[in-house]
Amino acid sequence: MSLRTAPAAPPPQAPVGEPPAPGRPARYRLARWDLKYSPYLYIAPFFLLFGAFGAYPLVYTAWVSLHDWNLIGSSSFVGLDNYRALMVDADFWNAVVNTMGIFVIATVPQMVLALALANLLNRGMRARTLFRMGVLVPNVTSVAAVGIVFGQLFGRDFGLVNYLLGLFGVDRVDWQANTWSSWIAIATMVDWRWTGYNALIFLAAMQAIPRDLYESAAIDGASRGRQFWSITIPMLRPTIIFAVIISTIGGLQLFTEPLLFGNGRILGGSLRQFQTVAMYMYENAFQRFNYGYGSAVAWTLFMLIALMCAVNYLLVRRSAR
Amino acid sequence: MLSASRRLWQASPLTYVALVLAVAMSVFPIYWMFVVATRTNDTINNVPPSLLPGGELTTNAGRVLANDHAAFLYGLVNSVVVSVAVTVSVVFFSSLAGFAFAKLRFRGRGPLLMVIVGTMMVPVQLGIIPLYMLMVKLGWNGQLQAVIVPFLVTGFGVFMMRQYASQAVADELIEAARVDGCSTFRVFWNVVMPALRPAAAVLGLLTFMQTWNEFLWPFAVLDPDTPTVQLSLSLLATAYYTDYSQVFAATAMATLPLLAVFVLFGRQIIGGIMEGAVKA
Repeated sequence: MSLRTAPAAPPPQAPVGEPPAPGRPARYRLARWDLKYSPYLYIAPFFLLFGAFGAYPLVYTAWVSLHDWNLIGSSSFVGLDNYRALMVDADFWNAVVNTMGIFVIATVPQMVLALALANLLNRGMRARTLFRMGVLVPNVTSVAAVGIVFGQLFGRDFGLVNYLLGLFGVDRVDWQANTWSSWIAIATMVDWRWTGYNALIFLAAMQAIPRDLYESAAIDGASRGRQFWSITIPMLRPTIIFAVIISTIGGLQLFTEPLLFGNGRILGGSLRQFQTVAMYMYENAFQRFNYGYGSAVAWTLFMLIALMCAVNYLLVRRSAR
Repeated sequence: MLSASRRLWQASPLTYVALVLAVAMSVFPIYWMFVVATRTNDTINNVPPSLLPGGELTTNAGRVLANDHAAFLYGLVNSVVVSVAVTVSVVFFSSLAGFAFAKLRFRGRGPLLMVIVGTMMVPVQLGIIPLYMLMVKLGWNGQLQAVIVPFLVTGFGVFMMRQYASQAVADELIEAARVDGCSTFRVFWNVVMPALRPAAAVLGLLTFMQTWNEFLWPFAVLDPDTPTVQLSLSLLATAYYTDYSQVFAATAMATLPLLAVFVLFGRQIIGGIMEGAVKA
């Protein structure tokens, strides 16, 4: 069908069976070349761009981190000095603790809620698409918008969250001022934006589970809950691992939500109570113009992400068995 | 038996209640954004809070547009330029590379595809310091190409189009076109690309939304006088964080284009996300 709409191919100059016309070998060679080498041409843009703007900067970060490198561009090799300083830098460890804390209190409820939500969506129902769109719509909202709106919702004096808590007799919480409360507020933003998305990922995997597994389990007298734990969860294990790894990579680089929750200040609260590692990297590189030290923070975060991915992989693999 | 198994899969009233609650919690912050955007700052601080929209939307929007500090309209135009350029390019180059990986035979095809899948896991954002230095060297800092060029094709896009191309385009069709004397590019453009259209649309939608919402890199490399819309938002939110009605009007205006895209193409976007999940 699409062939017919295509412009006609070049007229065959030498019908099959006739001796090749003089122009033919060149054309033939061209076609061979095309078939052999054009695939590389077609995939080259990705590798060139990724090499120049993805891989090279990431690797070069390691090199910069071994230097005392500043704004003017003067740099001197200092070996592992930046890392040594980092190991005893209280602000860095504070950022690490904040990032991990927010990550844990965001990810654990998020995965549980997403699984529950997927299980609810995995039924015959009316307005299926509408419900799916309803839970996905937070993911469409920009992170900046989320930071701004939730910053107001978690406001101390006029925030809706404190108002609701007040109805139950709970005193006003100064969400920004305390470590735990700010972590909870930021984790709420992350979960609001990503739970529905992960629920759809889990839902897709649930729908790929053969139904006769459930039917035979039902014949054997397994309850709904039993089926969920003994069939759905084990069958979903690869998807859960995938979702946790993706959340780890994203969650440990958390930046925009805490930044805008703190009204755009890179310190993350007056006592750095919610400054993340990505914010600390930014502070060093782009506000103090200490590229070398900032790169050491970035590279350490990179290793932390790799480590956490490995740990989470092992944890989820074991617990979902 | 059939009826029993079908009953097993039907939603109960309780399921509906739980889902309506989940949707309400998902939608409420967005609704709240529009409520605040339509009120004066005085009425936002009412106790109990007023949950219905007011009539100040045009006033608030006018204040946003007149605010030189945020250059909101300019940010909006820049975001359209950046998002459209990135989307068109990602769709084209990802389809081209995806076609090569799915339908052309060449040495190293398998390993190279594995590399591409691997790059999806790499937190390239952590390379922003040398990337910034590179942009300074190129003289691109503060310019829109700095937030366009690095993202012109993505590993995710290539992989997605490869998966779709391998099942959506019949080998016989490609063979036939080649026998007719089509070059590989003509095969791609006239035979494969039309067949890839559904996946290309989904990739385009996802890319557009992601580019529109990008924050950290534009924040690092662009100047306040050449903002994207997200940057305008953060400038406004930082400088006027007590002026909720103005900030929220800006947030609503920055979110509206995406909500429109989502309402129009939600079904396709959901399909794309769920199909990608099964294959990953």
